Amino acid sequence: MKKIQTDKKQDILHGLRDGIPIAMGYFAVAFSLGIIAVKAGLTAPMGFLSSFFTRASAGEYGTYTLITVNAAYVEVVAMCLVVNLRYMLMSAALSQKIAPKTSWWHRLLMACCITDEVFGISVAHPGYTPPAYTYSAALISTLFWASGCALGIVAGSLLPQQMATALSVSLYGMFLAIIIPPCHKDKNVLYTLIVSFTLSGLCAIAPVVSQMNSGMRTVVLTIVISAAAAWLKPIKIKADGEL
Amino acid sequence: MENYRIAIYILIAIIVTNLIRVVPMALIKGPIHNRFVRSFLYYVPYVTLAVMTFPDMILTTPTPLPGVVALIAGIIAAWFRLGLFPVAAICCVIVYLMTL
Repeated sequence: MKKIQTDKKQDILHGLRDGIPIAMGYFAVAFSLGIIAVKAGLTAPMGFLSSFFTRASAGEYGTYTLITVNAAYVEVVAMCLVVNLRYMLMSAALSQKIAPKTSWWHRLLMACCITDEVFGISVAHPGYTPPAYTYSAALISTLFWASGCALGIVAGSLLPQQMATALSVSLYGMFLAIIIPPCHKDKNVLYTLIVSFTLSGLCAIAPVVSQMNSGMRTVVLTIVISAAAAWLKPIKIKADGEL
Repeated sequence: MENYRIAIYILIAIIVTNLIRVVPMALIKGPIHNRFVRSFLYYVPYVTLAVMTFPDMILTTPTPLPGVVALIAGIIAAWFRLGLFPVAAICCVIVYLMTL
C-alpha cells in the first residue's frame, strides 16, 4: 500500500515535470488567443472559463472568429467537430495506453485531459500511463492556458508586435520536441514524418486542396498517411499484447 | 453583443470538444487486437502534429525565412532531446532576432 502511495506521488511529480514546459508554451499561445477573444467580446473571466474547459487552440480560435461574425450556433458545432476530430483518434490511441483494470471514471477523465501536447507526453510515457501523471500535467498546463487567455484579453494590445510573432512559433517548437525524439528508436516514425511534411507542404500549395479549410486538411492527411503507414509498416506486437 | 449569446457559443464549443474526447474512450473497452488498427493509432499522433507544424510554422512569420530557420533549428534541437521548453524557446528566440 505504501509503495502504491509513493508511486502515485512519483507520477504526480513526473506529470508536473513534463507539464511545466507545456504550461509555459501554452501561456504564450493562449495570450495570443486572448487578443482574438477580445474581438469576439469576451471578458477576462469568460476567456478563463472558456479556455479552462475547452482546451483546444484551433477549436477556440475558430469559435472566437465565428462569434465575431455572429455565426449560427450550428456552425460552431460543425467547426468544433472538424477541427478537433484528431482528439477522437487520440482518445482511441490513449485508450490502449491505460492499464486494463483502470476504472471507467479514470478513463473518461483522462480522455478529457487530451490536448495535442498532454496526449503526446501521455502516450510517450513508458508502459501503461498512470492517470495521476496525465492529471497533474493537464492541470498545470490548463491553468496556464486559461490564465494566458485571460491575460491576453486584458493586456494583449500592450505587447510589441515582434514579441507576439516570436511567441506564435512556440507551439510548433513543442510539437517538434514531441515528434522528433522517437525517430531514434523507430525509423518508421522518421519515414512517416518525412512523408507527412512533404505531403502537407504540397497540399498547402496545390490547387483545389489548398482551398480546403486547414482543420479539414489536417484530418484527411492524418487518416490517409497513418493508414498507409499502418498498412506498409505495421507495428510489432509482443505476445502479451503490449506495445 | 450581449453576454448571454457569447455564453451559449462557448458552452457549445465546450460540450462538442469534450464529447469528441470522451466518446471513443467510452466505446473502446479493453485492448484492440487488430494489428492494422493498432498500427494506425500508433502513427496518428506523429502525423497529426507533423502536418500541423509544416507548412504552418513558416507561414506564421511575416516572411518564410525566420520560420524555416526556426523549423530546422527546432528539428536539430529536438533530435538531441533538449525537451519541450528549450526547443520551443530556441524557435521563439530565432524568430524574434530575425524579425527585429
